[in-house]
Amino acid sequence: MSIKVDISLLKQEFCLEAQFSVPKEGITAIFGSSGSGKTTLLRAIAGLEPNVIGDIEVGDESWLSSSGSTVATHQRSVGYVFQDSHLFTHLNVRKNLLYGFNRTARAQRRIIFDEVVTLLGIDSLLDKAVVQLSGGERQRVSIGRALLSSPQLLLLDEPMAALDNDSKSEILPYLERLHLTLSIPMLYVSHSTEEVTRLADHVVLIEDGKTSKYGPLLETVADMDSRLASQANAFGILEGKITAYDDDFRLASLDVGGVAFRIATNKIEINTSARIRVVAKDVSICLDKPDRTSILNVHQAKVVDIREYPLQGVCMVKLNVGNQSLLARISRYSYRHLGISVNSTVYAQIKAVALVH
Amino acid sequence: MIDPSSITALYLTLQLAVVSTLILLVLGTPLSWWLARTPWKGRSIIEAMVALPIVLPPTVIGFYLLLALGSEGPIGVLTAFLGIGSINFSFAGLVLGSVIYSLPFVVQPLQHAFSQLDDKQLEAAATLGASNADRFFSIAIPQAKKGYLTAGVLGFAHTLGEFGVVLMIGGNIPGETRVASIAIYDHVESMQYSQAHYLSATLLVISFLLLLITYVTQHKKREVSHVH
Repeated sequence: MSIKVDISLLKQEFCLEAQFSVPKEGITAIFGSSGSGKTTLLRAIAGLEPNVIGDIEVGDESWLSSSGSTVATHQRSVGYVFQDSHLFTHLNVRKNLLYGFNRTARAQRRIIFDEVVTLLGIDSLLDKAVVQLSGGERQRVSIGRALLSSPQLLLLDEPMAALDNDSKSEILPYLERLHLTLSIPMLYVSHSTEEVTRLADHVVLIEDGKTSKYGPLLETVADMDSRLASQANAFGILEGKITAYDDDFRLASLDVGGVAFRIATNKIEINTSARIRVVAKDVSICLDKPDRTSILNVHQAKVVDIREYPLQGVCMVKLNVGNQSLLARISRYSYRHLGISVNSTVYAQIKAVALVH
Repeated sequence: MIDPSSITALYLTLQLAVVSTLILLVLGTPLSWWLARTPWKGRSIIEAMVALPIVLPPTVIGFYLLLALGSEGPIGVLTAFLGIGSINFSFAGLVLGSVIYSLPFVVQPLQHAFSQLDDKQLEAAATLGASNADRFFSIAIPQAKKGYLTAGVLGFAHTLGEFGVVLMIGGNIPGETRVASIAIYDHVESMQYSQAHYLSATLLVISFLLLLITYVTQHKKREVSHVH
Protein backbone atom coordinates (compact mmCIF):
# COMPACT_ATOMS: atom_id res chain seq x y z
CA MET A 1 0.00 0.00 0.00
CA SER A 2 1.32 3.39 -0.89
CA ILE A 3 0.48 7.06 -1.10
CA LYS A 4 0.79 8.27 -4.66
CA VAL A 5 0.60 11.94 -5.50
CA ASP A 6 0.99 13.45 -8.95
CA ILE A 7 -0.65 16.86 -9.00
CA SER A 8 -0.26 20.37 -10.23
CA LEU A 9 -1.89 23.57 -9.13
CA LEU A 10 -1.67 27.17 -10.25
CA LYS A 11 -2.46 29.59 -7.44
CA GLN A 12 -2.00 33.25 -8.31
CA GLU A 13 1.71 33.52 -9.11
CA PHE A 14 2.59 30.23 -7.48
CA CYS A 15 2.85 26.95 -9.30
CA LEU A 16 2.91 23.66 -7.44
CA GLU A 17 4.05 20.49 -9.15
CA ALA A 18 4.27 17.51 -6.88
CA GLN A 19 5.01 13.95 -7.81
CA PHE A 20 5.94 11.28 -5.30
CA SER A 21 5.08 7.84 -4.05
CA VAL A 22 5.82 6.71 -0.52
CA PRO A 23 4.70 3.72 1.55
CA LYS A 24 1.41 4.13 3.38
CA GLU A 25 3.05 3.62 6.76
CA GLY A 26 5.30 5.45 9.16
CA ILE A 27 6.11 9.13 8.95
CA THR A 28 6.95 10.78 5.66
CA ALA A 29 8.43 14.24 6.03
CA ILE A 30 7.75 16.87 3.39
CA PHE A 31 10.89 18.87 3.76
CA GLY A 32 11.74 22.22 2.22
CA SER A 33 12.43 25.83 3.07
CA SER A 34 9.72 28.38 3.91
CA GLY A 35 7.64 29.33 0.89
CA SER A 36 8.53 26.18 -1.02
CA GLY A 37 4.89 25.09 -1.22
CA LYS A 38 4.82 22.47 1.53
CA THR A 39 1.61 23.73 3.08
CA THR A 40 -0.10 24.12 -0.29
CA LEU A 41 0.83 20.54 -1.12
CA LEU A 42 -0.66 19.30 2.14
CA ARG A 43 -3.83 21.35 1.62
CA ALA A 44 -4.14 19.97 -1.89
CA ILE A 45 -3.95 16.42 -0.55
CA ALA A 46 -6.67 17.23 1.98
CA GLY A 47 -8.84 18.71 -0.78
CA LEU A 48 -8.72 22.20 0.73
CA GLU A 49 -7.28 23.79 -2.41
CA PRO A 50 -9.54 24.31 -5.40
CA ASN A 51 -8.29 23.80 -8.97
CA VAL A 52 -5.89 20.97 -8.23
CA ILE A 53 -5.45 18.62 -11.17
CA GLY A 54 -3.82 15.21 -11.29
CA ASP A 55 -4.00 12.06 -9.21
CA ILE A 56 -4.02 11.41 -5.50
CA GLU A 57 -4.19 7.83 -4.33
CA VAL A 58 -4.05 6.74 -0.72
CA GLY A 59 -3.91 2.97 -0.42
CA ASP A 60 -6.76 1.67 -2.52
CA GLU A 61 -8.75 4.91 -2.38
CA SER A 62 -8.57 7.50 -5.12
CA TRP A 63 -9.14 11.03 -3.82
CA LEU A 64 -8.47 12.79 -7.09
CA SER A 65 -8.00 11.44 -10.54
CA SER A 66 -7.00 13.07 -13.77
CA SER A 67 -10.20 11.73 -15.30
CA GLY A 68 -11.86 14.48 -13.30
CA SER A 69 -13.38 12.68 -10.36
CA THR A 70 -12.65 14.30 -7.06
CA VAL A 71 -13.61 13.39 -3.51
CA ALA A 72 -14.71 16.28 -1.29
CA THR A 73 -12.61 17.03 1.79
CA HIS A 74 -15.23 15.76 4.23
CA GLN A 75 -15.30 12.43 2.41
CA ARG A 76 -11.53 11.96 2.40
CA SER A 77 -10.45 9.86 5.34
CA VAL A 78 -7.92 12.44 6.38
CA GLY A 79 -6.81 14.00 9.63
CA TYR A 80 -5.29 17.47 9.43
CA VAL A 81 -3.26 19.16 12.15
CA PHE A 82 -2.88 22.85 11.36
CA GLN A 83 0.03 25.03 12.36
CA ASP A 84 -2.19 27.06 14.67
CA SER A 85 -4.40 24.17 15.80
CA HIS A 86 -7.70 25.93 14.88
CA LEU A 87 -9.69 24.31 17.63
CA PHE A 88 -13.40 25.08 17.63
CA THR A 89 -13.70 28.07 19.91
CA HIS A 90 -17.33 27.46 20.83
CA LEU A 91 -16.70 23.92 22.08
CA ASN A 92 -14.74 22.67 25.08
CA VAL A 93 -11.84 20.27 24.74
CA ARG A 94 -13.93 17.11 25.00
CA LYS A 95 -16.39 18.26 22.34
CA ASN A 96 -13.53 19.29 20.09
CA LEU A 97 -12.05 15.81 20.42
CA LEU A 98 -15.39 14.16 19.70
CA TYR A 99 -16.28 16.31 16.68
CA GLY A 100 -14.63 14.05 14.13
CA PHE A 101 -15.19 10.90 16.19
CA ASN A 102 -18.97 11.40 16.09
CA ARG A 103 -18.84 11.89 12.34
CA THR A 104 -16.97 8.64 11.75
CA ALA A 105 -19.03 5.54 11.02
CA ARG A 106 -18.99 3.17 13.98
CA ALA A 107 -17.40 0.40 11.92
CA GLN A 108 -14.55 2.66 10.87
CA ARG A 109 -13.58 3.85 14.32
CA ARG A 110 -10.19 2.34 15.08
CA ILE A 111 -9.01 4.80 17.67
CA ILE A 112 -10.27 4.67 21.22
CA PHE A 113 -11.05 7.94 22.98
CA ASP A 114 -9.47 7.05 26.31
CA GLU A 115 -6.36 5.74 24.59
CA VAL A 116 -5.75 8.97 22.69
CA VAL A 117 -6.45 11.08 25.74
CA THR A 118 -3.90 9.12 27.76
CA LEU A 119 -1.38 9.00 24.93
CA LEU A 120 -1.48 12.77 24.51
CA GLY A 121 -1.69 13.48 28.24
CA ILE A 122 -4.82 15.63 27.98
CA ASP A 123 -7.00 13.92 30.61
CA SER A 124 -7.00 16.94 32.87
CA LEU A 125 -7.99 19.32 30.06
CA LEU A 126 -11.19 17.65 28.89
CA ASP A 127 -13.64 20.08 30.47
CA LYS A 128 -11.65 23.22 29.79
CA ALA A 129 -12.54 25.88 27.25
CA VAL A 130 -10.03 26.02 24.41
CA VAL A 131 -9.09 29.63 25.21
CA GLN A 132 -7.68 28.42 28.52
CA LEU A 133 -5.11 26.12 26.91
CA SER A 134 -1.45 26.84 26.34
CA GLY A 135 -0.01 26.59 22.84
CA GLY A 136 1.39 23.12 23.44
CA GLU A 137 -1.85 21.87 24.98
CA ARG A 138 -3.87 23.23 22.08
CA GLN A 139 -1.69 21.42 19.59
CA ARG A 140 -1.99 18.16 21.51
CA VAL A 141 -5.77 18.49 21.54
CA SER A 142 -5.70 19.26 17.83
CA ILE A 143 -3.66 16.11 17.16
CA GLY A 144 -6.12 14.11 19.26
CA ARG A 145 -9.09 15.60 17.43
CA ALA A 146 -7.61 14.58 14.08
CA LEU A 147 -6.69 11.09 15.30
CA LEU A 148 -10.15 10.39 16.66
CA SER A 149 -11.66 10.58 13.20
CA SER A 150 -9.64 7.39 12.53
CA PRO A 151 -8.03 8.76 9.37
CA GLN A 152 -6.33 6.67 6.71
CA LEU A 153 -3.73 9.41 6.56
CA LEU A 154 -2.73 12.03 9.10
CA LEU A 155 -1.45 15.33 7.69
CA LEU A 156 0.61 17.52 10.00
CA ASP A 157 1.45 21.04 8.86
CA GLU A 158 4.47 22.16 10.88
CA PRO A 159 2.59 21.36 14.07
CA MET A 160 5.35 22.84 16.16
CA ALA A 161 6.22 25.94 14.16
CA ALA A 162 4.01 28.23 16.20
CA LEU A 163 5.30 26.90 19.52
CA ASP A 164 8.13 28.09 21.73
CA ASN A 165 10.97 25.70 22.47
CA ASP A 166 9.52 24.40 25.72
CA SER A 167 6.21 23.51 24.09
CA LYS A 168 8.09 21.93 21.21
CA SER A 169 9.97 19.59 23.44
CA GLU A 170 6.62 18.89 25.07
CA ILE A 171 5.05 17.77 21.75
CA LEU A 172 7.86 15.77 20.16
CA PRO A 173 7.75 12.82 22.59
CA TYR A 174 3.99 12.55 22.01
CA LEU A 175 4.47 12.44 18.27
CA GLU A 176 7.07 9.73 18.66
CA ARG A 177 4.81 7.71 20.93
CA LEU A 178 2.02 8.10 18.40
CA HIS A 179 4.30 6.82 15.71
CA LEU A 180 5.14 3.75 17.77
CA THR A 181 1.68 3.02 19.15
CA LEU A 182 -0.78 3.74 16.36
CA SER A 183 -0.33 2.53 12.85
CA ILE A 184 -1.57 5.68 11.15
CA PRO A 185 0.60 6.87 8.28
CA MET A 186 1.55 10.53 8.51
CA LEU A 187 2.70 13.22 6.12
CA TYR A 188 4.66 15.68 8.18
CA VAL A 189 5.49 19.08 6.74
CA SER A 190 8.57 20.67 8.21
CA HIS A 191 11.51 22.93 7.50
CA SER A 192 13.33 21.82 10.63
CA THR A 193 16.17 19.37 10.07
CA GLU A 194 15.93 18.48 13.74
CA GLU A 195 12.30 17.36 13.51
CA VAL A 196 12.84 15.53 10.25
CA THR A 197 15.88 13.68 11.54
CA ARG A 198 14.05 12.73 14.66
CA LEU A 199 10.74 11.62 13.25
CA ALA A 200 10.82 10.74 9.59
CA ASP A 201 11.12 7.35 7.96
CA HIS A 202 10.69 8.70 4.47
CA VAL A 203 11.14 12.13 3.03
CA VAL A 204 9.88 14.15 0.09
CA LEU A 205 12.11 17.09 -0.79
CA ILE A 206 10.39 20.19 -2.15
CA GLU A 207 11.83 23.44 -3.54
CA ASP A 208 10.06 26.35 -5.27
CA GLY A 209 6.84 24.41 -5.54
CA LYS A 210 8.41 21.35 -7.11
CA THR A 211 9.14 18.07 -5.44
CA SER A 212 12.55 16.78 -6.40
CA LYS A 213 13.57 13.63 -4.57
CA TYR A 214 11.63 11.25 -2.41
CA GLY A 215 12.43 7.99 -0.66
CA PRO A 216 13.82 6.58 2.58
CA LEU A 217 15.17 9.39 4.76
CA LEU A 218 18.81 8.37 5.11
CA GLU A 219 19.40 7.74 1.42
CA THR A 220 17.36 10.67 0.17
CA VAL A 221 19.04 13.42 2.20
CA ALA A 222 22.40 12.17 0.95
CA ASP A 223 21.22 11.87 -2.66
CA MET A 224 23.77 13.82 -4.65
CA ASP A 225 21.23 14.65 -7.34
CA SER A 226 19.00 16.56 -4.94
CA ARG A 227 19.18 20.32 -4.53
CA LEU A 228 19.60 19.76 -0.80
CA ALA A 229 22.94 18.01 -1.27
CA SER A 230 24.26 20.92 -3.31
CA GLN A 231 23.51 23.48 -0.64
CA ALA A 232 25.74 24.82 2.08
CA ASN A 233 23.50 23.29 4.74
CA ALA A 234 23.63 19.77 3.28
CA PHE A 235 23.76 17.02 5.85
CA GLY A 236 23.84 13.27 6.26
CA ILE A 237 21.94 11.15 8.76
CA LEU A 238 23.34 7.97 10.26
CA GLU A 239 21.39 5.48 12.29
CA GLY A 240 22.56 3.01 14.88
CA LYS A 241 22.32 1.66 18.38
CA ILE A 242 23.76 3.09 21.56
CA THR A 243 26.11 0.38 22.83
CA ALA A 244 27.81 2.01 25.79
CA TYR A 245 27.95 5.13 27.90
CA ASP A 246 31.08 6.39 29.59
CA ASP A 247 30.09 8.26 32.73
CA ASP A 248 33.57 9.62 33.31
CA PHE A 249 33.99 11.27 29.90
CA ARG A 250 30.28 11.69 29.33
CA LEU A 251 30.52 10.01 25.95
CA ALA A 252 28.05 7.63 24.34
CA SER A 253 29.06 5.02 21.84
CA LEU A 254 26.87 4.62 18.78
CA ASP A 255 27.32 1.59 16.59
CA VAL A 256 26.73 2.43 12.93
CA GLY A 257 27.13 -0.74 10.90
CA GLY A 258 30.16 -1.81 12.91
CA VAL A 259 31.70 1.66 13.15
CA ALA A 260 31.71 3.14 16.65
CA PHE A 261 30.88 6.85 16.87
CA ARG A 262 31.73 8.69 20.08
CA ILE A 263 29.14 11.27 20.97
CA ALA A 264 29.32 13.82 23.75
CA THR A 265 25.93 13.76 25.43
CA ASN A 266 24.08 13.60 28.69
CA LYS A 267 23.39 10.19 30.16
CA ILE A 268 21.57 8.05 27.68
CA GLU A 269 20.17 4.55 27.99
CA ILE A 270 22.10 1.87 26.18
CA ASN A 271 20.52 -0.40 23.61
CA THR A 272 18.26 2.35 22.36
CA SER A 273 18.40 3.20 18.67
CA ALA A 274 19.44 6.69 17.75
CA ARG A 275 20.25 8.88 14.80
CA ILE A 276 22.98 11.40 14.31
CA ARG A 277 22.87 14.30 11.92
CA VAL A 278 26.21 15.32 10.47
CA VAL A 279 26.40 18.61 8.59
CA ALA A 280 28.55 18.25 5.47
CA LYS A 281 30.59 21.34 6.38
CA ASP A 282 31.68 19.64 9.61
CA VAL A 283 33.26 16.73 7.79
CA SER A 284 36.82 16.98 6.51
CA ILE A 285 38.84 14.39 4.63
CA CYS A 286 42.35 13.08 5.36
CA LEU A 287 44.35 10.55 3.41
CA ASP A 288 46.28 9.35 6.45
CA LYS A 289 44.73 8.55 9.77
CA PRO A 290 45.31 11.52 12.07
CA ASP A 291 46.09 9.86 15.38
CA ARG A 292 46.94 12.86 17.43
CA THR A 293 43.80 14.97 17.16
CA SER A 294 41.12 16.31 19.47
CA ILE A 295 38.42 15.25 17.09
CA LEU A 296 36.34 12.42 18.53
CA ASN A 297 35.27 10.77 15.34
CA VAL A 298 37.76 9.84 12.67
CA HIS A 299 36.53 6.93 10.60
CA GLN A 300 37.71 5.09 7.59
CA ALA A 301 35.41 5.73 4.66
CA LYS A 302 35.06 4.98 1.02
CA VAL A 303 34.37 7.69 -1.54
CA VAL A 304 31.24 6.81 -3.49
CA ASP A 305 30.47 10.00 -5.37
CA ILE A 306 31.94 13.42 -6.00
CA ARG A 307 30.29 16.62 -7.28
CA GLU A 308 32.13 19.83 -8.00
CA TYR A 309 30.53 23.26 -7.70
CA PRO A 310 33.06 25.57 -9.37
CA LEU A 311 31.03 28.72 -8.78
CA GLN A 312 31.24 28.30 -5.03
CA GLY A 313 34.67 26.72 -5.20
CA VAL A 314 33.44 23.73 -3.28
CA CYS A 315 33.02 20.07 -3.76
CA MET A 316 30.59 17.60 -2.20
CA VAL A 317 31.97 14.16 -1.47
CA LYS A 318 29.69 11.29 -0.58
CA LEU A 319 31.32 8.80 1.74
CA ASN A 320 30.36 5.36 2.84
CA VAL A 321 30.85 4.74 6.55
CA GLY A 322 29.53 1.52 8.07
CA ASN A 323 27.40 1.06 4.95
CA GLN A 324 25.65 4.37 5.51
CA SER A 325 26.09 7.68 3.74
CA LEU A 326 27.92 10.71 4.98
CA LEU A 327 28.43 13.95 3.05
CA ALA A 328 31.60 16.03 3.21
CA ARG A 329 31.72 19.54 1.83
CA ILE A 330 35.32 20.47 1.11
CA SER A 331 37.02 23.06 -1.06
CA ARG A 332 37.68 22.21 -4.67
CA TYR A 333 41.28 23.01 -4.06
CA SER A 334 41.53 20.34 -1.36
CA TYR A 335 39.78 17.85 -3.55
CA ARG A 336 42.31 18.34 -6.35
CA HIS A 337 45.16 18.55 -3.89
CA LEU A 338 44.25 15.23 -2.24
CA GLY A 339 43.75 13.56 -5.58
CA ILE A 340 40.83 11.47 -4.38
CA SER A 341 38.40 9.74 -6.68
CA VAL A 342 35.45 7.38 -6.46
CA ASN A 343 36.46 4.22 -4.59
CA SER A 344 39.36 5.92 -2.78
CA THR A 345 39.69 4.96 0.85
CA VAL A 346 40.00 8.02 3.06
CA TYR A 347 39.52 9.11 6.66
CA ALA A 348 36.53 11.24 7.48
CA GLN A 349 37.14 13.65 10.33
CA ILE A 350 33.83 14.61 11.86
CA LYS A 351 33.96 17.78 13.88
CA ALA A 352 30.42 17.77 15.22
CA VAL A 353 27.46 15.45 15.36
CA ALA A 354 23.95 16.15 16.54
CA LEU A 355 22.40 13.25 18.37
CA VAL A 356 18.67 12.72 17.99
CA HIS A 357 16.90 9.90 19.70
CA MET B 1 -56.57 52.14 34.01
CA ILE B 2 -55.34 50.88 30.67
CA ASP B 3 -58.38 50.15 28.48
CA PRO B 4 -59.00 46.83 26.65
CA SER B 5 -58.46 48.32 23.20
CA SER B 6 -54.95 49.38 24.25
CA ILE B 7 -54.27 45.86 25.52
CA THR B 8 -55.45 44.48 22.18
CA ALA B 9 -53.15 46.88 20.35
CA LEU B 10 -50.23 45.91 22.55
CA TYR B 11 -50.91 42.23 22.09
CA LEU B 12 -51.15 42.66 18.33
CA THR B 13 -47.86 44.56 18.28
CA LEU B 14 -46.07 41.79 20.16
CA GLN B 15 -47.61 39.19 17.85
CA LEU B 16 -46.46 41.14 14.80
CA ALA B 17 -42.97 41.57 16.21
CA VAL B 18 -42.61 37.87 17.07
CA VAL B 19 -43.84 36.62 13.70
CA SER B 20 -41.80 39.17 11.73
CA THR B 21 -38.62 38.49 13.70
CA LEU B 22 -38.93 34.75 13.22
CA ILE B 23 -39.47 35.16 9.48
CA LEU B 24 -36.57 37.61 9.32
CA LEU B 25 -34.19 35.27 11.13
CA VAL B 26 -35.09 32.42 8.77
CA LEU B 27 -34.88 34.50 5.58
CA GLY B 28 -32.01 36.64 6.82
CA THR B 29 -29.75 33.66 7.50
CA PRO B 30 -29.13 32.54 3.92
CA LEU B 31 -29.12 36.13 2.64
CA SER B 32 -26.54 37.34 5.16
CA TRP B 33 -24.46 34.15 4.77
CA TRP B 34 -24.34 34.78 1.05
CA LEU B 35 -23.53 38.49 1.50
CA ALA B 36 -20.74 37.63 3.95
CA ARG B 37 -19.15 34.91 1.83
CA THR B 38 -19.72 35.67 -1.85
CA PRO B 39 -16.72 36.93 -3.77
CA TRP B 40 -19.13 38.61 -6.24
CA LYS B 41 -18.36 42.34 -6.45
CA GLY B 42 -21.96 43.24 -7.33
CA ARG B 43 -23.07 42.26 -3.85
CA SER B 44 -22.81 45.95 -2.91
CA ILE B 45 -26.01 46.53 -4.89
CA ILE B 46 -27.83 44.01 -2.71
CA GLU B 47 -26.24 45.44 0.43
CA ALA B 48 -27.43 48.93 -0.49
CA MET B 49 -30.95 47.63 -1.16
CA VAL B 50 -31.03 45.84 2.18
CA ALA B 51 -29.90 49.02 3.95
CA LEU B 52 -32.50 51.30 2.27
CA PRO B 53 -35.13 50.99 5.03
CA ILE B 54 -32.66 52.58 7.46
CA VAL B 55 -32.66 55.88 5.57
CA LEU B 56 -35.98 55.95 3.73
CA PRO B 57 -39.02 57.57 5.37
CA PRO B 58 -41.24 54.65 6.37
CA THR B 59 -44.05 56.32 4.45
CA VAL B 60 -42.10 55.82 1.23
CA ILE B 61 -41.80 52.08 1.90
CA GLY B 62 -45.45 52.05 2.90
CA PHE B 63 -46.50 53.88 -0.24
CA TYR B 64 -44.74 51.49 -2.62
CA LEU B 65 -46.00 48.51 -0.63
CA LEU B 66 -49.53 49.87 -0.87
CA LEU B 67 -49.17 49.98 -4.66
CA ALA B 68 -47.51 46.55 -4.87
CA LEU B 69 -50.13 44.94 -2.68
CA GLY B 70 -53.05 46.61 -4.46
CA SER B 71 -55.16 44.80 -7.04
CA GLU B 72 -52.95 46.20 -9.87
CA GLY B 73 -49.64 45.62 -8.08
CA PRO B 74 -47.42 42.57 -8.66
CA ILE B 75 -47.95 41.14 -5.20
CA GLY B 76 -51.65 41.94 -5.36
CA VAL B 77 -51.95 40.09 -8.67
CA LEU B 78 -50.13 37.12 -7.15
CA THR B 79 -52.27 37.01 -4.00
CA ALA B 80 -55.40 37.37 -6.11
CA PHE B 81 -54.21 34.52 -8.30
CA LEU B 82 -53.67 32.39 -5.19
CA GLY B 83 -57.19 33.22 -4.16
CA ILE B 84 -56.18 35.18 -1.05
CA GLY B 85 -57.23 38.56 -2.36
CA SER B 86 -55.40 41.76 -1.47
CA ILE B 87 -53.44 41.67 1.78
CA ASN B 88 -53.56 45.44 2.18
CA PHE B 89 -55.15 46.35 5.50
CA SER B 90 -54.54 42.88 6.94
CA PHE B 91 -52.20 41.34 9.47
CA ALA B 92 -50.39 39.45 6.67
CA GLY B 93 -49.72 42.74 4.92
CA LEU B 94 -48.29 44.17 8.13
CA VAL B 95 -45.99 41.17 8.50
CA LEU B 96 -44.71 41.69 4.96
CA GLY B 97 -44.20 45.39 5.63
CA SER B 98 -42.37 44.70 8.89
CA VAL B 99 -40.10 42.14 7.26
CA ILE B 100 -38.99 44.71 4.67
CA TYR B 101 -38.85 47.54 7.20
CA SER B 102 -36.71 45.62 9.71
CA LEU B 103 -34.62 43.65 7.22
CA PRO B 104 -31.36 45.61 7.65
CA PHE B 105 -31.57 45.34 11.43
CA VAL B 106 -31.46 41.56 11.15
CA VAL B 107 -29.25 41.09 8.09
CA GLN B 108 -26.46 43.44 9.10
CA PRO B 109 -25.62 41.87 12.48
CA LEU B 110 -25.84 38.40 10.95
CA GLN B 111 -23.66 39.37 8.01
CA HIS B 112 -21.13 40.85 10.41
CA ALA B 113 -21.14 37.70 12.54
CA PHE B 114 -20.71 35.42 9.52
CA SER B 115 -17.85 37.48 8.11
CA GLN B 116 -16.04 37.18 11.44
CA LEU B 117 -16.03 33.39 11.24
CA ASP B 118 -12.63 31.73 11.16
CA ASP B 119 -12.36 29.97 7.80
CA LYS B 120 -9.71 27.69 9.21
CA GLN B 121 -12.15 26.29 11.75
CA LEU B 122 -14.55 25.54 8.92
CA GLU B 123 -11.73 23.83 7.02
CA ALA B 124 -10.80 21.85 10.13
CA ALA B 125 -14.43 20.74 10.39
CA ALA B 126 -14.35 19.59 6.75
CA THR B 127 -11.25 17.48 7.37
CA LEU B 128 -13.10 15.94 10.32
CA GLY B 129 -15.88 14.74 8.05
CA ALA B 130 -18.43 17.56 8.23
CA SER B 131 -20.32 18.34 5.01
CA ASN B 132 -21.19 21.90 3.95
CA ALA B 133 -24.57 21.85 5.68
CA ASP B 134 -23.14 20.13 8.74
CA ARG B 135 -20.42 22.78 9.06
CA PHE B 136 -23.02 25.50 8.75
CA PHE B 137 -25.15 24.15 11.57
CA SER B 138 -22.38 22.84 13.84
CA ILE B 139 -19.82 25.64 13.48
CA ALA B 140 -21.17 28.72 11.72
CA ILE B 141 -24.50 29.15 13.50
CA PRO B 142 -23.24 28.43 17.05
CA GLN B 143 -20.32 30.80 16.52
CA ALA B 144 -22.66 33.49 15.18
CA LYS B 145 -24.82 33.22 18.33
CA LYS B 146 -24.04 36.77 19.39
CA GLY B 147 -25.03 38.01 15.95
CA TYR B 148 -28.33 36.12 16.19
CA LEU B 149 -29.07 37.65 19.57
CA THR B 150 -28.39 41.17 18.31
CA ALA B 151 -30.32 40.53 15.10
CA GLY B 152 -33.28 39.11 16.98
CA VAL B 153 -33.45 41.93 19.50
CA LEU B 154 -32.98 44.72 16.98
CA GLY B 155 -35.47 43.18 14.55
CA PHE B 156 -38.01 42.73 17.33
CA ALA B 157 -37.52 46.16 18.90
CA HIS B 158 -37.56 47.90 15.55
CA THR B 159 -40.80 46.19 14.56
CA LEU B 160 -42.37 47.24 17.87
CA GLY B 161 -41.78 50.86 16.92
CA GLU B 162 -43.08 50.61 13.38
CA PHE B 163 -45.52 53.42 12.54
CA GLY B 164 -45.23 54.91 9.07
CA VAL B 165 -45.45 51.67 7.13
CA VAL B 166 -48.44 50.47 9.18
CA LEU B 167 -50.18 53.77 8.69
CA MET B 168 -49.88 53.41 4.92
CA ILE B 169 -50.78 49.75 4.43
CA GLY B 170 -52.49 48.75 7.63
CA GLY B 171 -54.82 51.47 8.57
CA ASN B 172 -56.46 51.24 11.93
CA ILE B 173 -58.52 48.06 12.27
CA PRO B 174 -58.67 47.00 15.94
CA GLY B 175 -57.30 43.48 16.53
CA GLU B 176 -56.11 43.25 12.91
CA THR B 177 -53.86 46.19 12.11
CA ARG B 178 -54.18 48.63 14.99
CA VAL B 179 -50.73 48.28 16.57
CA ALA B 180 -49.50 50.12 19.67
CA SER B 181 -47.80 52.98 17.85
CA ILE B 182 -51.02 53.75 15.94
CA ALA B 183 -53.06 53.45 19.12
CA ILE B 184 -50.78 55.97 20.85
CA TYR B 185 -51.25 58.39 17.99
CA ASP B 186 -55.03 57.96 18.22
CA HIS B 187 -55.02 58.46 21.98
CA VAL B 188 -53.05 61.67 21.62
CA GLU B 189 -55.36 62.88 18.85
CA SER B 190 -58.35 62.34 21.13
CA MET B 191 -56.53 63.86 24.13
CA GLN B 192 -56.45 60.56 26.06
CA TYR B 193 -52.99 61.24 27.45
CA SER B 194 -53.15 58.67 30.22
CA GLN B 195 -53.83 55.84 27.74
CA ALA B 196 -51.02 57.17 25.53
CA HIS B 197 -48.79 57.12 28.63
CA TYR B 198 -49.59 53.50 29.46
CA LEU B 199 -48.76 52.32 25.97
CA SER B 200 -45.73 54.54 25.48
CA ALA B 201 -44.21 53.59 28.81
CA THR B 202 -44.79 49.90 28.08
CA LEU B 203 -43.01 50.14 24.72
CA LEU B 204 -40.22 52.18 26.29
CA VAL B 205 -39.64 49.65 29.06
CA ILE B 206 -39.78 46.62 26.75
CA SER B 207 -37.36 48.18 24.26
CA PHE B 208 -34.98 49.31 26.98
CA LEU B 209 -34.96 45.90 28.65
CA LEU B 210 -34.31 44.13 25.34
CA LEU B 211 -31.37 46.37 24.51
CA LEU B 212 -30.06 46.09 28.05
CA ILE B 213 -30.07 42.31 27.85
CA THR B 214 -28.17 42.42 24.56
CA TYR B 215 -25.48 44.74 25.83
CA VAL B 216 -25.06 42.88 29.11
CA THR B 217 -24.62 39.51 27.38
CA GLN B 218 -22.17 41.01 24.89
CA HIS B 219 -19.99 42.38 27.66
CA LYS B 220 -20.09 39.07 29.47
CA LYS B 221 -18.86 37.26 26.36
CA ARG B 222 -16.05 39.74 25.94
CA GLU B 223 -14.90 39.19 29.51
CA VAL B 224 -14.82 35.44 29.05
CA SER B 225 -12.74 35.62 25.91
CA HIS B 226 -10.11 37.64 27.74
CA VAL B 227 -9.27 34.72 30.01
CA HIS B 228 -6.29 32.96 28.54
